[in-house]
Formats: sequence, structure tokens, C-alpha cells
Amino acid sequence: MSTTTVAHDEAHHDHPTGLMRWLTTTNHKDIGTMYLTFSLIMFLVGGSMILGIRAELFKPGLQLMNPDFFNQLIGVHALIMIFAALMPAATGFANWMIPLQIGAPDMALPRLNNWGFWLLPPSAILLTLPFTLALFGIGDGALATGWTFYPPLSVQGGIGVDFAIFAVHLLGISSVMGSINIIVTLFNMRAPGMTLMKMPMFAWGWLITAFLLVATIPVLAGAVTMLLTDRHFGTHFFDAAGGGDPIMFQHLFWFFGHPEVYILLLPVWGFIPQILETFSRKPMYGYKAQVYSLWAIGALSVVVWAHHFFTAGMPVPALLYFMYSTMAISLPLAVLFFCWIKTMWNGSMSFETPMLFAVGWIILFGIGGLTGLVLADVAADAQYHNSYFVVAHFHYTLFAGGIMGIMAGVYYWLPKMTGNMYNEKLGKWHFWLTAISFNLTFIPQFFVGLAGMPRRIPDYALQFAEFNMISSIAAFVLGLSQLLFVYNIVTCARGGKKATDQVWEGAKGLEWTLSSPPPYHSFTEQPVIK
Amino acid sequence: MVLNVHVYGMESVKEPAELSAIEQKNLKNKRLGLKLLWLVAGSLLFAFALVPLYDVLCTLTGLNGKTSNTAEMMSKAKLDSSRSVTVQFTSNVMPGLGWNFYPKQPSITLHPGQIETVVFIAKNITNQVVVGQAVPSVTPGIASANLKKIECFCFVRQALQPGEEKEMPLRFFVSPELPADVKEMTLSYSFFPAVEEDK
Repeated sequence: MSTTTVAHDEAHHDHPTGLMRWLTTTNHKDIGTMYLTFSLIMFLVGGSMILGIRAELFKPGLQLMNPDFFNQLIGVHALIMIFAALMPAATGFANWMIPLQIGAPDMALPRLNNWGFWLLPPSAILLTLPFTLALFGIGDGALATGWTFYPPLSVQGGIGVDFAIFAVHLLGISSVMGSINIIVTLFNMRAPGMTLMKMPMFAWGWLITAFLLVATIPVLAGAVTMLLTDRHFGTHFFDAAGGGDPIMFQHLFWFFGHPEVYILLLPVWGFIPQILETFSRKPMYGYKAQVYSLWAIGALSVVVWAHHFFTAGMPVPALLYFMYSTMAISLPLAVLFFCWIKTMWNGSMSFETPMLFAVGWIILFGIGGLTGLVLADVAADAQYHNSYFVVAHFHYTLFAGGIMGIMAGVYYWLPKMTGNMYNEKLGKWHFWLTAISFNLTFIPQFFVGLAGMPRRIPDYALQFAEFNMISSIAAFVLGLSQLLFVYNIVTCARGGKKATDQVWEGAKGLEWTLSSPPPYHSFTEQPVIK
Repeated sequence: MVLNVHVYGMESVKEPAELSAIEQKNLKNKRLGLKLLWLVAGSLLFAFALVPLYDVLCTLTGLNGKTSNTAEMMSKAKLDSSRSVTVQFTSNVMPGLGWNFYPKQPSITLHPGQIETVVFIAKNITNQVVVGQAVPSVTPGIASANLKKIECFCFVRQALQPGEEKEMPLRFFVSPELPADVKEMTLSYSFFPAVEEDK
């Protein structure tokens, strides 16, 4: 037994090596790395699916695929990007950085952590397996309802729906376990002297995210379980003939679905201010205001869900309530935007890749937020609902606001995680290609959406042809630019210029006091915060 | 004091008082984790509790155009001849039901409290006995609670013989509590293939 040892060094441990190391690891850095790697792979998988869609939409008419396959690609693209790319990326950062930022030796529940990760690969397989099965004549492919599972279509659909339901169950269990772990870590494992109001902003963003996940993921699990029993066990939750109501599914789904938007964004709102203060070389502006705004947004996010289906039919008082409460979210969000900009104000700024992404993120996410206000307007929404305007809007919030934010975080922390600097020149190329092609992909979609092009349809009227062609070409540039990102990460992990401990001149916080890369076991002696 | 391997195995052998600081922390973490599981269970229960809540809310407020599917007493109708309201009828046949189904009259105009009978016509165009269930919906939603049915083919499931055509009556009134700004309302019936009851 080696339990009496006082100080550990790497060689002292008898960890398994090779595959067994990764299967059995309970180390937060290993698990964080696995989450981030999984997320990157699924980002490429989900991205290739949507390139199929953009290829089909390159010109009017049906060229490459039948409409059913088109619908399957759209639904699985969304589920993969949301549950298998964005959420695991945020959880990966949480695993890597939260213990380092709060001076804890590891996450609070390390075994739960391992389990949480290893539920992800099976659920990714469940989501995509129906495509393969269909090739062998089993079933008719993946879920073709879009990611929202609306009945009655999802009750009538093929085995793809069942696969997706079980995938959602597994993904839900995984994120609930991850969230419980993060809440316990943040409550119990902070270094002595680090009060809640001294926590780094990233920890705050994640604490609220974790509570939202624990409160809403079970509602989604319940809703898809009802769908499953409606499909196979003769219940009529959503079957009007049996006394059920398909609209009720929309309420249940979006009761989860709207907070989910903030679940994807809150971790990013946490670390972007940290990046801004680092590269502006002055302290974050309005720490308290930001924390309270995050809480306000988290709380409001669970009471606004019905704005996703204004057109499904609702009495006027309900429409007005959901419109005003949705618009109220823009107030705390405006406070956040103000704080982000004020953090940079008069700072001595430099524009390394993480900062480029962070600043670009503020502008693009701002466009996403403003177009959301337009959609929240009941009168205007009747025109915009279910059009490409909606598609463009939520890609400004989730691709720019989510994924480009995550990319800022990757470039910011990669030198810390690997101990090597990434290629700055390639990073800048990646930023500019991504930002420009992203805008060229989605700005035309605002226009065709306003002109009436509906989403989730493989064919379109001739007047939308030019804009769709621009959008498709830009989407391919956007997709291919991500290969630069992958190349940069892989070469950085393998070697390169050694990073210093602080990495960035203006970087503050406990994670930058450790070596780059940090030792396998860090903060075994907790630091004391004054 | 640093001790972070094999602590899990040691937990069971020691009394809580003898636990080291790290072991106590682990125990504390587990307890908070288990407490949070109650929160998860609570949200799951909440999801299922929403189903009856949703139904109650819809019947009480008429949200979603749900109307009561039970017979009203005729004596509740008190005539208000100072105003009149037009009730339009529409019909749908859901996929899987081989019927023609339509209202005999597109609309009627009546005073609140006035009892009227209207007829819907259904025809089975298949060569089998088919059972259907009509589901009503009223627009605007705020008026749905004011449409009172005394007798309706939608109260029970309807069976039609192969090729049979049947007149299906609906006896109803609009209650005098109808909001003053509602001048027109639409009653829609969707006929669904009847769901098999448990035997």
C-alpha cells in the first residue's frame, strides 16, 4: 500500500497504460481531454452532414438525395452538434479548467466523471447507426423529424426515432452526471479563502448551466419517454384520438429546449470575459454585475419556452406574456455586452488568435441576439416562423455564439493543456476564414428567409437560387477551414515552441500559476486565496 | 497532508470520526451528489406531472381550443336576444380513417342561449366496419368554454358499416357569458381512427 506517501510524483503511480488508461481514468485532465477530443470528432461528423445538405441546396430541384434522407441529415446534424459537439466541449473545459481555476486536486466525484464520459460514444453510435442499418435494408434510416421530435410525425416515424430516443436518454444521463459533479466540485472543493464571489467567471457560468441541466434534462427525458410509450405501448400522451395533445409535446420539449440554448452559451459567457481581460491587460469590468446577469438569464430562461411555437395557437394573453418575458432576457444580456466591451475599453489590447475569436464572437453573437428579438415579436414571428431567417438566427447564436466561443477557449487554453504554443499564423488564418465564410453562409439565409423560404425542405423556388448558391459555397469554405483548426490542434499537441507557465502576458488566475502542461496531479496541496 | 489514492477502499473500515480530512471531504461530496439526485428525480416527476396539469389548465381556460366533451344541462341556457353570434363548422378526417365527413351547413347564426341542432354527415367509403372518434376544437380559444353541447356524436365512438352513410347530430348552445367582442367562432371536428381499448 502506498497510502502513506506524502508527495506524489508521476513514476510513483501504477496507472494502467494504453487503452486501459483512458477507459479507467478518473483524472480530470484525462477526462477533459477525452471530452474535447470526442467533441472535435463529432463536430466534424455533424459538419460533414450539413455539407451534404448544402450540396443538395446548391441549386433548386432534387439532385443528390431523396427528401427523406435530407430530413434525416438535418435532424441528426442538429442533435450531434448540440449534444455531441457543443455540450461535451463545454464539459471538457469544465473538467480541465474548473479544478485548476478553483485550486482543487480533482473533480469531486471522479468515478462518476469517467462514467459520464463513456456514455457519450455509445449514444453517438446510437444516433448514427440507423444510417448504416438502412444500407443493409434494416429500417428506413435515422430520425427524420428534425431534432425537435414533434409528434405526430415522430410517433409515425421508423426505428430511427427509437434510436434517437435512447441516444437522448444516454446523453441526458451523461450531462446530468457531469452537472452534479460540477455543482459538488464548485460547492465543496474550492481552495480555502475562495468565496463564491471570488470564483472565476467560467466557474459561475458553469454553476448556472449545471443547475439548468439538472432541472430541465429530466423533463426532456420524460417527454421522449412518453413518445416511446406512445409509439410502442399504446399510451396516448400526444394522440388526439386517445385524448392526448400533440401541442403538449411542444410545451414539454421547449421547457427543456429553451434553457438548453443558455446551457450551450453560459459556459462561453463565463470564459470569454476571462479572455478579454487577459488580452486587454486590465481586470474584468463589472464582475458582480456579470454574475447577477448570468443568474437572471438562467432564471428567465425557464419561463419563456412558448416563444418557439407562437404560431401553434395560443390565447393573446399567453402570446403577450411569452413575448415580453422573452424580450426581458435582453436586459441582463445587454448588461453582459456592456461589461464585455467596457473590459476592453482603454485596455492595452493585443490580438492573438483567442482575442480575435473573442472580439469576433461579441459582434457575431450580438447579431444573433438582435435577430432573436425580432423573432420574439409575436406579430413579426408569424412571418419569420419556420423560415430560413430562424436558421440564420440560431446559427449566429449557436455557431458564432457557441462554437466560435469554444474555439476562442481552445486557443486560449491549448498552450496550458499541451505545454506547447500552437501556430499563431495558422490560428489567425483559421479565424478570418471562419468569420468571413460564416457570414457569407448565413447572411444570405436571412434574406431568403425574409422572402419566405421555409426550412427543412430539400427544394426551393427559383428566386432563391443565387442566395442559396452563395450560401452553399461559403458553407464549404467554412467546413474546409475547420481542417486548419484540427491540424493546428494536432501539431500543437505533438510539439512546438514550449509555452511558459503564464502563457499570456496578461493572464491571471490559478491555472496560470501551474506549469504548462500542469502536472498529472495538481493542487494536491490546496493554495490559500487571500 | 496529501492522500489521494486508495481512499475509497478505506472508507468502509473506519468510523466517521477517524476519517482523515480528505476522506471526510469525499464523504461530503458523495452526500451532496446524492442530494442533487433528488433534484433530478423531482424534475422527472415534474415532467410527468405536467401532463395532467396541462389538461386541467386547458379545460379550465380553454387554452388551445379544448372544449368540454361532456353533456351540458339544457336548463343552463338563458336566452340573450340582444346580440347574435355566428358559429362556423369545419371538419377533418385524419389519415387512416376511410371516411367522408363534412358539416351539412357551413355556419349558423344564433343568439347566446338559443338551443340549435346541426348535422354532420359521415360516410364509410371502405368495405369494412370502421370505428372513429371525433375530437372537437374551438377558435378563438377564449370562447371555447362558452360552446356548450347538450348532445353530440363526439361523446362516444361511432361505428359505420361498409358503405354506410349517417347523419350525426350536434345539439348545442352558446352560453350567454360569451365575451362581448366574440362575434364569430369556429367549431372544428377531426375524426380519428378510434383507438383500440384494452380488452
